[in-house]
Amino acid sequence: MTTVINVPPSLDDATIEQVLDQVAPLPRDQKILIDARHTRWASPYALTSMLTIAQTRAERAAFAGPENDDTASYWARTGFYRHAEQLFDLHGHVPRARNGGESSVLLEITPVAKSEDVHDVVERIQQKAQAILVNELHLDPQATMRFAMTLSEACQNIVEHAQRGGWVAVQTYTWAKRLGRRVVQIAVCDAGIGFRASLESAHGRRMSDRWDDGMALEDAVIRGVSRFRDPGRGQGLAGVRRFVGKWDGKLSVRSGTARIAIVPSWDEDIPLAEDLAPFPGAQIQITIPERIPPR
Amino acid sequence: MINHIDVSSVLRRTVCDLYSNLVTRPTGAAVRTEIENLLASWHGPSLTVIDFSHVNLLDFSCADEVVAKLLLRFEGRTPPQDAYFLLRGVREDHLDAIEAALERYGLALVMQTDDGDPLLVGTVDDAHRRAWQALRELGRGAAEELGRALGEPPSYAESLLVSLHERRLVMRLDDTYVPLVAAQ
Repeated sequence: MTTVINVPPSLDDATIEQVLDQVAPLPRDQKILIDARHTRWASPYALTSMLTIAQTRAERAAFAGPENDDTASYWARTGFYRHAEQLFDLHGHVPRARNGGESSVLLEITPVAKSEDVHDVVERIQQKAQAILVNELHLDPQATMRFAMTLSEACQNIVEHAQRGGWVAVQTYTWAKRLGRRVVQIAVCDAGIGFRASLESAHGRRMSDRWDDGMALEDAVIRGVSRFRDPGRGQGLAGVRRFVGKWDGKLSVRSGTARIAIVPSWDEDIPLAEDLAPFPGAQIQITIPERIPPR
Repeated sequence: MINHIDVSSVLRRTVCDLYSNLVTRPTGAAVRTEIENLLASWHGPSLTVIDFSHVNLLDFSCADEVVAKLLLRFEGRTPPQDAYFLLRGVREDHLDAIEAALERYGLALVMQTDDGDPLLVGTVDDAHRRAWQALRELGRGAAEELGRALGEPPSYAESLLVSLHERRLVMRLDDTYVPLVAAQ
């Protein structure tokens, strides 16, 4: 028997939780159909998360994509279907990406598993980043390099810790609901071992009485703790945090049953959400808003 | 002996001839290893100019592997070689990554700005920073001269110089100390 997983019409870091709530209680070998036929919009975080869901299933999942042509076409241009057809049994019409012209996709959904993939991602993002970040989002030209550094470090989290491949995507879009401005968003998602298991693997690490996914995220994201003894480790996420702080952005990291966020003034998220539906790996979202030029 | 290492060339030679970005730990470790191999082939005291001019992007992890771990190996009382380092061609975004790496270990280094001026970067307390600046103005000196410049006893100046030398921030030539840029 196949269990149908209903996907909300608008899919972002908050609403994807509705999908995970439905998937989490099911055994891994339970056949599922992710039904996104009525979905009209999805953030890069949501798209990469759906690929990650497929990676967690022992029984190959089925997927029904959006019926709306514009939505389906956009998902194709993000590279979603190219990877989805490797991971899902696709139902219904599968759109083909038309070439060129998608300026909002800075980086198509790209698999990341090894160091060379990070080099490839960084090389590719630089071709578009300068024009879009500076000319369209009005960020300082200095932000372009820091943005690429941030992307590199977020991707390396997969290479260094996940123990299996993940996905990265970078897009701009207008975030009407929360911000009323354009944003650029980096999504880096994997279905690997997650922060808690990664930190537990550190030799001689002493766990406190309270040790859970939330505390593991606090250690890794806020305190820069790494599973490696080397004091130079843990700089990546610290660098990401600095970049996000400087550009009034938002960083959120979900792992296991918790999600931690560095929340800017324009957002109403909570700093630490716990008791979420359990989900493997780590899912990182970095959102940098458009700067409003002074009048 | 003054040596020059173009980091971008080392990157292309050791990792991939298509890369211009210093990103990821394995890449940084490969570049550092090659720099260490080059250093091992040079004998006697050496000042190595590490040139980042042609490096496009330097991320935090790579800065840790290339810069911080290189310094860690050569600082202290018994370094494997009498080697000193001067960074050149460091852009502001490179410096963000380098300073973050230095801070984690309490390290410091000397870099040369675009104007040619030396700049002390990293974790250095006020007393050592003042001593480094005074030696730079002297050009070369021993504890007595530095003590006079600082208005401090020679023994105190000597302790500052020894510490700066162990951190590879000044060169020692016989009984005198030389700031790195002046040694070029």
